[in-house]
Amino acid sequence: MALLQIAEPEAASGPREPRRAVGIDLGTTNSLVATVCDGVPRALPDEEGRVLLPSIVRYLPGGGVQVGYEAQAHQGDDPKNTIASVKRLMGRGLKDVARSGNAPYDFVDAPGMVQLRTVAGVKSPVEVSAEILRVLRLRAERALGGPLAGAVVTVPAYFDDAQRQATRDAARLAGLEVLRLLNEPTAAAVAYGLENAAEGVYAVFDLGGGTFDFSVLRLARGVFEVLATAGDAALGGDDFDLRIARWALAQAGLGEPAAKDARRLVLAARAAKERLAQQDETPLVCELADGRRLERVLSRATFERLTADLVDRTLAPVARALRDAGLSPADVKGVVMVGGATRMRHVQRAVAEFFGRAPLNDLDPDQVVALGAAMQANVLAGNRPAGEDWLLLDVIPLSLGIETMGGLVERIIPRNSAIPTARAQEFTTFKDGQTAMSIHVVQGERELVADCRSLARFELRGIPPMPAGAARVRVTFQVDADGLLSVSAREKSSGVEASVAVKPSYGLTESDIERMLRDSVEHAREDAQARALAEARVEGERLAAAVRAAIAADGALLAADERAELERLLAHLDAALPGADTAAIRRAADALNRASEPFAARRMDAAVRRALAGRSLADLDV
Amino acid sequence: MSNHFELFGLAPKYALDAEALERAWRAVQASVHPDRYAAAGAAERRAALAWSARANEAYRMLKDPVERARHLLELAGVDPRFETDTAMPEAFLERQLELREALAEARAARDAARLAQLREEVLAAARAREAAIAERIDVARDYAGAAALVRELQFLRRLAQEIDDAHAPE
Ligand SMILES: Nc1ncnc2c1ncn2[C@@H]1O[C@H](COP(=O)(O)OP(=O)(O)O)[C@@H](O)[C@H]1O
Ligand SMILES: [Mg+2]
Repeated sequence: MALLQIAEPEAASGPREPRRAVGIDLGTTNSLVATVCDGVPRALPDEEGRVLLPSIVRYLPGGGVQVGYEAQAHQGDDPKNTIASVKRLMGRGLKDVARSGNAPYDFVDAPGMVQLRTVAGVKSPVEVSAEILRVLRLRAERALGGPLAGAVVTVPAYFDDAQRQATRDAARLAGLEVLRLLNEPTAAAVAYGLENAAEGVYAVFDLGGGTFDFSVLRLARGVFEVLATAGDAALGGDDFDLRIARWALAQAGLGEPAAKDARRLVLAARAAKERLAQQDETPLVCELADGRRLERVLSRATFERLTADLVDRTLAPVARALRDAGLSPADVKGVVMVGGATRMRHVQRAVAEFFGRAPLNDLDPDQVVALGAAMQANVLAGNRPAGEDWLLLDVIPLSLGIETMGGLVERIIPRNSAIPTARAQEFTTFKDGQTAMSIHVVQGERELVADCRSLARFELRGIPPMPAGAARVRVTFQVDADGLLSVSAREKSSGVEASVAVKPSYGLTESDIERMLRDSVEHAREDAQARALAEARVEGERLAAAVRAAIAADGALLAADERAELERLLAHLDAALPGADTAAIRRAADALNRASEPFAARRMDAAVRRALAGRSLADLDV
Repeated sequence: MSNHFELFGLAPKYALDAEALERAWRAVQASVHPDRYAAAGAAERRAALAWSARANEAYRMLKDPVERARHLLELAGVDPRFETDTAMPEAFLERQLELREALAEARAARDAARLAQLREEVLAAARAREAAIAERIDVARDYAGAAALVRELQFLRRLAQEIDDAHAPE
C-alpha cells in the first residue's frame, strides 16, 4: 500500500522561505540546539565553537545568571547557587527529591513542585530550565538571523504528565513556541532511521546523566511506529558517580562530607568514570575544602562491581518493553545506543548479551537526539514537501487512571497506547443523594493510588440528588500528541460538566507563567507590544494561507453560502493584517477559525475516506 | 454508537485480519495525525487531534481480543453484562483458583521457568476461547454464548497480565 499523500495546507502558496525551526535536547547533563540547513541537520555551536551546553545554571547576588561552562566552573565553590541536573527536579515534589537524596541545594517545599532557595531568591525548576532554553534560543536566533517560528523540545519517553507539563512551561517561559514535545528515543530513531534507511524493528537504549529510556519501534516506509517504551526517570550516569564517591569516602574512612566537598568528590568521580571507558584503571584525586587530599586508584573491575546492580536495573524496563510489544530480543534488528553513559563498557556488554548482538554505536550519542528533533521540527514547520516527510506514531509511557473506592486505581488508558488518544469511562455515585463527585487522576502501573503519581484532583458539583448508583458520570481523558493529558467529566442526565487541563497538583498555572514572563528581565527590555503584534500577524498570515489552501483543495465540500462567508472573513482578516491593531487582527483570525471549524471537520472526514479508498479491495475485507 | 470497524472500512467480525487492520490504521493516521497539521489553523488542528485520537482508540479496541468482542456484542445490541453477571461455570472457576495458587507459589519461589510455563498455559487457554468466540460470533451469531466465553477470556487475560507483572516486579 502506498501511503496516501495529501496536500500540505500551505502547498498552494508556492515556494517560500523555510520557517526557522529548531530541535532542542534539554538534557540532565548537557543541552544543545540543532536545525536543518539545506536538508542537513546540524548542531549549532556557541561563539567559541562548542556545541554542548552543560545544563548548569548559577544565580549570582544582584540578579545575574550564568549558564553552561561559566556556571560549571563554580560547581565546587558555590554549590548552593549552582544548579546542576535540574531535570531531575522537573515536576517533582519535595518527597520525591528527598527520596533520591544528596543534592546539596536548599529545597523549599511548595505545592506541586519543589523549589530552590538561591541568592537570587526562590526558583522553581521550571525557571532554572528556562534559563538554559533561553540561552539556546538566543544562540539559534543569532545563527539563523531572526526569531524562531518554533521548536521541538525533547523529553525522556518515560517522563510522566507532570514532567512534560513542566518542560513545556519552561519552553514557554524561555520565549519558545513549542511545536511538539518529542520523546528522546523517538527523536534518536528518526535520526538513525533516516540516516541509514533502516526498516524493521529497532530499539533505542538511551542512558543519559539522570534518566533511562528504552523504546522499541517499527520503521517502515516513512512511518516510525513506537511499539512500546519503558524506562526509569531516575537512573543515569549520575548514579554511577555517586557510587564511586561513596566508595572513595569509605576507602578513606571519611563520613558524610560538607556540600562543597560532596560536589567536588562527585565531579572527580565522574571524570574517573569517563576515563574508565578507555583505561583499565585510573587515579581518583580530590582536594577537600580543609586542604586534605583524597587519593585512590580505581580499577575498571572495581567500578563494574560497585555498579553492577545499576546496569541490571536497566534490563528490567528493557524486558518489560519487549513483552509489552509482544517481541523477543531476537526480533530486534538493531539496538541504537544513545546518551553519554552508554559509553561505559559494562553497559555495552549487558546490552550485547541481552540481545545476542553488538549494539549500534555509529551515531554521536551526544547529538543524535537534538538532530532528530531538528528534523522533526523541520517537518512540523512545513518546510518539507508532502511525500518527502514522514509520520511518527508515539505512545504514552505510563497508564492513566482514576481513584475509585478503597484507594484503588481504575485504569482508563493503558501504558503504550498510541497517542493522541481519548477515552471515556462511566462512573456512578456511592451514596443516596450524593451531589458532588471528586475525581482524582493518577498515573502509574500500581494498583494502589498511594503508589502512583497524583496528577490532579477536581470536583464535579451540582449532580441532581439521586439514589446511589443512579447517576451516570462520564469521565473523558484526552492525551494529545505531546503526551499531555486533559480530563473532563459530565453527568449524563443533568448535563453538569467539569474539566481540567491537568496542571493543579504539579506544575504552574497559566497565570504563574504570565507573571514570570512579565518579570523576566529580557522581556521587560523587549517591546512587548511590538512582539505581540508581530506574533498576531504571523499567526494571521499562517491561518489565511491555510484556509485558502484548504478551499483550493477541497472547496467542493462547501456550500455556496459557507464559501462566501469564509471568503468574507478572509477579506476581513486581510484588511486587518497590515494594520497596527493587534486585537483587531486576533478578532478577525478568531472569527475565521470559528467559521472554518465545520469545514475542517469535513475535510478530515474526506481525507480519511480517501485514505481508505486508496487501499485495495482485498484490504477492505469485504 | 460509533462503529470502529466502519471507521477503518473493515467488515465487522471477530476473526479480524490483524494486518489489514494495521494497514488501515496507518493509512488513517497518515491523513489525520496532528503532525500533518502543525502548520495549519486552529480549527484544523483541533479536528486532526479529535480524529487521530478516535482512530487510535478504535485501533486499540479492535486489536484487543476482549474489547473487540465487547464491541461486536454491543453492535449486535447485546449487553455483555461483564460487571454484574458473574455467574461462571464451576469448573472454570476452580481451574482459575488452581492457576492463581500456582502463580502465587511460583512468585514466592521466584521460579522463572514455572512462571513462563504458567504463562503459556494461560495464553493457550485464552487462544482457545478466542477461536470459540470467533465461531460463536462470526458463524453461529450466538451472542449470548459468546458473552459467556468473553467473560472467561477476560479472566484469563487478567491472569496473564498478572503473570507478566510477576516477571518484572517494580
Ligand atoms: N566516556 C564516558 N564514559 C562513561 N560515561 C560517560 C562518558 N562520557 C559521558 N558520560 C556520562 O554520560 C552522562 C551524560 O550523558 P548525556 O547523554 O549528555 O546526558 P543527558 O541526556 O542526561 O544530558 C553523564 O553521566 C556522563 O558522565
Ligand atoms: Mg539525553
